[in-house]
Amino acid sequence: MSPSILVWLLVIPFVGGFASWQSERYSRFIPRWIALFTQLTVLGMSLWLWFAGDFTLAAPASTPSFALEYKAEWIPSFGISFHLGLDGLSMLLIVLTNLLGVMAIGCSWKEIDRYVGFFHLNLLWNLAGVVGVFLALDLFLFFFFWEMMLVPMYFLIALWGHNIPGGKGRIYAATKFFIFTQFSGLIMLLSILALVFFHHQSAGAWSFGYADLMATARSLPPETAWWLMLGFFLAFAVKMPLVPFHTWLPDAHGQAPTAGSVDLAGILLKTAAYGMLRFALPFFPEAMQGIAPIAMGLAALSVVYAAVVAFSQTDVKRLIAYSSISHMGFVVLGIFAGTEQALQGVVVQMIAHGLSAAALFILCGEIYERLHTRDLRQMGGLWARFPYLPPIMLFFSAASLGLPGLGNFVGEFLILLGSFTVAPLFTIICASGLILAAVYSLILVQKAFHGAPRDDGHKGHYDDLTRRELSMMALLMVLLLGLGLYPQPVLDASAAAMNTVEHIYNQPHAAAALGEAIP
Amino acid sequence: MNYLPLTFLAPLLGFVILAFARGRISENLAAIIGVGSVGISALTSLCAGWQFLHALPEGGSTVITLWQWMSVGNFQPNFALHLDALSLTMLGVITGVGFFIHLFASWYMRGDPGFARFFSYMNLFVASMLFLVLGDNLLFLYFGWEGVGLASYLLIGFWYQDPANGAAARKAFVITRVGDTFMAIGLFILYREFGTLNIQELAVLAPAAWPVVNGVGTGLATATALLLLGGAVGKSAQLPLQTWLPDAMAGPTPVSALIHAATMVTAGVYLIARTHAIFELSPFALQCVGTIGAVTLLMAGFIALMQTDIKKILAYSTMSQIGYMFLAEGVGAYAPAVFHLMTHAFFKALLFLSSGSVILAMHHEQDIFKMGNLRKHIPFVYWCMLIGTLALCAFPLTSGFFSKDEILHEAYLSGHHSLWLAGLFGAFLTGIYSFRLIFIVFFGPERWRATSAHHGHADAAHHGLGPKDDPHGAKTLDHHIPLAVLLVMALVGGFIHLPLESVFPAAEHGAEHGPAWIAYLPIPVSFAGMFSSWFLFLKRPDIPAALANGGFSSYIGRFWKSAFGFDWLYDRLFVKPFVWAAEVNRNDFIDWLIGLIPLSLRGANSLVAATQTGNLRWYAFAAGAGACALIAAVALH
Repeated sequence: MSPSILVWLLVIPFVGGFASWQSERYSRFIPRWIALFTQLTVLGMSLWLWFAGDFTLAAPASTPSFALEYKAEWIPSFGISFHLGLDGLSMLLIVLTNLLGVMAIGCSWKEIDRYVGFFHLNLLWNLAGVVGVFLALDLFLFFFFWEMMLVPMYFLIALWGHNIPGGKGRIYAATKFFIFTQFSGLIMLLSILALVFFHHQSAGAWSFGYADLMATARSLPPETAWWLMLGFFLAFAVKMPLVPFHTWLPDAHGQAPTAGSVDLAGILLKTAAYGMLRFALPFFPEAMQGIAPIAMGLAALSVVYAAVVAFSQTDVKRLIAYSSISHMGFVVLGIFAGTEQALQGVVVQMIAHGLSAAALFILCGEIYERLHTRDLRQMGGLWARFPYLPPIMLFFSAASLGLPGLGNFVGEFLILLGSFTVAPLFTIICASGLILAAVYSLILVQKAFHGAPRDDGHKGHYDDLTRRELSMMALLMVLLLGLGLYPQPVLDASAAAMNTVEHIYNQPHAAAALGEAIP
Repeated sequence: MNYLPLTFLAPLLGFVILAFARGRISENLAAIIGVGSVGISALTSLCAGWQFLHALPEGGSTVITLWQWMSVGNFQPNFALHLDALSLTMLGVITGVGFFIHLFASWYMRGDPGFARFFSYMNLFVASMLFLVLGDNLLFLYFGWEGVGLASYLLIGFWYQDPANGAAARKAFVITRVGDTFMAIGLFILYREFGTLNIQELAVLAPAAWPVVNGVGTGLATATALLLLGGAVGKSAQLPLQTWLPDAMAGPTPVSALIHAATMVTAGVYLIARTHAIFELSPFALQCVGTIGAVTLLMAGFIALMQTDIKKILAYSTMSQIGYMFLAEGVGAYAPAVFHLMTHAFFKALLFLSSGSVILAMHHEQDIFKMGNLRKHIPFVYWCMLIGTLALCAFPLTSGFFSKDEILHEAYLSGHHSLWLAGLFGAFLTGIYSFRLIFIVFFGPERWRATSAHHGHADAAHHGLGPKDDPHGAKTLDHHIPLAVLLVMALVGGFIHLPLESVFPAAEHGAEHGPAWIAYLPIPVSFAGMFSSWFLFLKRPDIPAALANGGFSSYIGRFWKSAFGFDWLYDRLFVKPFVWAAEVNRNDFIDWLIGLIPLSLRGANSLVAATQTGNLRWYAFAAGAGACALIAAVALH
């Protein structure tokens, strides 16, 4: 397999997005088809990477190794290179990204009718930026992609968002999103630059390379390492988001178009977890161990706090946004527990949450298209009005509350099981999230679907899901069931990468010794 | 035994077909699929049972591994079926009783717009329940455990048009989820200590690691057993997580018979029996099991005395009978507990189905004080109800007699005399409250004649069961057969011998037997209860009426009627504070806090902007003051 396929994974959506934008002047349909075709192509390529690639690893090493690497000089005078690498973790997340990308295009088919081409340009560039984040092995390049996924997202919210009554408007939400992530990105940039300077001090040459900076980071005195780790941690905590850095997310979701929400919940949040697993943890294993009690405390707080706030929301999308925050708390718990079960659970949880949250947001969009409201107080009795939508929503609510047999259960159970051995107290607090998840998921079902049909002048049935919408939902349901009943293909793919992370995290002294050996 | 998976595959397939075909297939086809799939399941269980009993496998159990669920490090749970005498008993109850309840439901639910949906949920329930009892590890058991919770949720809220049903469904799900979460934490401890969740392996590993010294178990053993008990009390509606069961009666009556009487609510009893090896390691936890059972059985008995809704009386009686099973397990009498579980499934399913027939005959009236003298009008149902009640009261030679007697006898022999006394008094209460139901519904004046005009026109059209002033219904074989079969089982089910000795340890009371009259004492006690009931509710109905109007006695009565105020208490302790906290914080105060940052920035901006006055004297003053401050700082340093 030629490593240049990694470059194509980035180039194709860039070009496809551009072509989609330019084709806008001819028709409103061509941009959609171009975008869909582009996205299906990269999805196919990433699936091929899964089946053809070998993600096993002989023994857990103290530095991550990659199944596929691509490296080209970029700005040699600063030691910046165009360096991409793929391991099991990044492969899984790229597959997820491209799959949800297809879903995002599918669910915008009817919803978006203004500037269709420019919309798909933003969507595809955003997806390409995310894939870049999952591939970058040069910290300059990583930061570049980190910022690059931000700008198109800003436009997606600001230009195609909703101005729901009672909300503060889409421009406000987009700006809030931008400032939060931009500011946290800035802190991370400071940490990266500091690392580069320390590297220059010790090695005498500039480098932004992953291995170089990892070696430097591990040889730093603990206090310095702690401060630099904090820069990374904060950036990822905002993006994750952890309570109390979460408040941009409900606003962003509340105003974003459906595709934007799918993108945000399904994919963008995962870049934060990926950043922790790929950079923060291997760079600063000891400092991460040190901050673990605080991070796990924040994780437990996120799980409980967001679940309680979710319960009282009246906007369906805000409710699901808070539930996402609650679910991502499990991910943080698992990362900082750092046992094999917990880390593998994190991978499953990320994928399962990506699928279920995306599905729930798509369903919200479909309800909105038909009812022209997302206010739970104006729903009720919808069960009788749609043949298929309510049971499907129930399915994904059940997934979200962690019903065994669906992927989310495997993720949450593994995380809790693995975390209990190292942090029983925080695990028990997070486990109470299982109860709260039932509370907010079922209140959603009750308020939207139960009760007598409202007398809103709309007699009989609403239009049910079209074939396009049904097939998207069916695919997501099958995937969640598969992940819940036989998660082994996913677990096998990520096993080597997660073993390495576990190894680094739990033997920081060995890792530090390595850092000194490679100056 | 390779066909064993068919037991749950058939209902699972039925669920899938009915779920996807919703609204597009006829009622008859839906009934054939829904009932037939459980029929296949029952036949398969029968074959499996026959084969099992005729060629008892080595060690008393067979394991069929379907596939490995996941493998992460040393955590490698399988989807594997474990068939032994205990799971076989449960299998028989679930598929056997389940089949007849399904058959009855095909009569009961006729004409309901959600007919196919109803059977899809019921089939999902049967499949999940089979996972629960066949799972060879606690994770697979948990899978079924949550699955039955979902099915129960869906079926309680089946008539979704009434928001009260949805609320009852949510209450049931959330309260049992509280128990489930305790149980999950118990699983985490077990995995941390032993690296496995396989029940048979745990039964070997746990006693070695957690010895019982001088009658005291290790702290971890007690904690684990109590956490598992938390799951059990949630599912089995025992104190303190019992409040969901009466509300669950909002579901259609066959659901109450299958899920909330015969099978799902007994899952807690099954769990404790299945993990008895762990409970045995903590005498304290076992004592808790017995005490919870005893207190619940008495409390539910008192509450049942004051209820007026026919289904709620049966619900509290279920709670009370499960209390007996817990009591039995608490004294180490696992086999009698499972035996009572089985006989209870027979007679309680019979009682619920008959009550369903009564309710339909009364056009969806559930208040027993609006019924009366029904034995003249629906004699067959009356006999069913009577036999079921006799079995419930442990009338000699009925099925309940054998199982309940065994429980009480074991409780006495094991030296738990206070538990034994509680059980004995419970038998007295059972006699009163269950015959109160019989006497009021089937004897006395025909109170429904006065009121039928009132609801007749609303409900008679709904079901079309004959003229509205006449409580006869169009009854067919799918109504009669299930009742007849369960009637026979409630009568003779006590003669079934379960080969449970291969699963449970022998009771530890040696050769000591106690006085012979101990074994027969429950008979006069329950007769006394029945007689009191006759005296109070048929002979002298003025006495309860007078009591209800008396000062202190009416207070007690209201206290019992409100189920000891648990709903009131929990509402104030948990529900109200939670809802209040959530509502107060709907706009997320952290968002407001973070909003202070831009606000303060803007404030600082206007503060600094205010210094830009363009006034030269002001600038000169500021520069001078700054210089002075600098010099002072340097000089003082």
